[in-house]
Amino acid sequence: MLDSYIPIFIIITISALFAIVNVKLSSLLGPSRPSKEKLSTYESGVEPVGTAHDRFSVKFYMVAVLFILFDIEIVFLYPWAVSFLNLDHIKMMYSFYSVIVFIVILLVGYIYVIKKGALKWD
Amino acid sequence: MKFDLETVLFFSLAVLAVGSAIMMITRRSPISSALFLILNFFTVSGLYLLLKAQFIAIIQVLVYMGAIMVLFLFVIMLLNLHDEGKLKEKYTYRKLTAVLLSIFLFCLLGFTVYFGFEGKFKVMSEKALTMGTAESLGVELFSNYSFPFELASFLLLAAIVGAVVLAKKKFE
Repeated sequence: MLDSYIPIFIIITISALFAIVNVKLSSLLGPSRPSKEKLSTYESGVEPVGTAHDRFSVKFYMVAVLFILFDIEIVFLYPWAVSFLNLDHIKMMYSFYSVIVFIVILLVGYIYVIKKGALKWD
Repeated sequence: MKFDLETVLFFSLAVLAVGSAIMMITRRSPISSALFLILNFFTVSGLYLLLKAQFIAIIQVLVYMGAIMVLFLFVIMLLNLHDEGKLKEKYTYRKLTAVLLSIFLFCLLGFTVYFGFEGKFKVMSEKALTMGTAESLGVELFSNYSFPFELASFLLLAAIVGAVVLAKKKFE
């Protein structure tokens, strides 16, 4: 059972090591001679004002929330897509119509979002 | 207790999960809290895999580590973190209630797990081995559980409307 996950383990280990080793190696091997100019944010640009920890517009959050909700809609369709051809005819049509109903209900939400202009960016 | 690969994996994942959860709630910087939460989601996904719930494990990675974490990071961006005094909890009785409720929940879960499952379920049934795949989940979801499936769409619809209403003042 667990044997089938060995390739995944290997690829996770390699990718984790690749990331860590590269970051550590570049800081170990690279020369470090900091100066006042090098440490400034923009060496020959405008001096930054304030900090990066500003509050952002709620529009970003709206896009993220709506993305997740429609993402979850797609998550429900994965099992359907995988099992659809293995069902017998009656169950096939039944699952087809239940997915249609599911999508139509969420389409109402999508139209609401568009009508409210929640994704407008100005 | 058998000392095989699965046991070793379970205990290392469990220790990592609890450790990253503790790290998450004790970090000062909200960003490092969020990163420890990602580690926690990852270990929990590993635990799902050990329970042969493959589909949930993948969804845990895709939805929680991918999407929900983006949401958390956006919330951190929306917060005003300059003024830490505003974020401090002033009411100590609230903290006390939280501690008492947490202890109560912990005891409840502990007793249920200990007395309910202790000694049972030593061997995983044959059916459980394939139950967690996307395919068998789909067969069940679209035959026996199609009504809860449709209800899930209403839940998502409510969440969509709720999200738009909460941020409505900014639009129009």
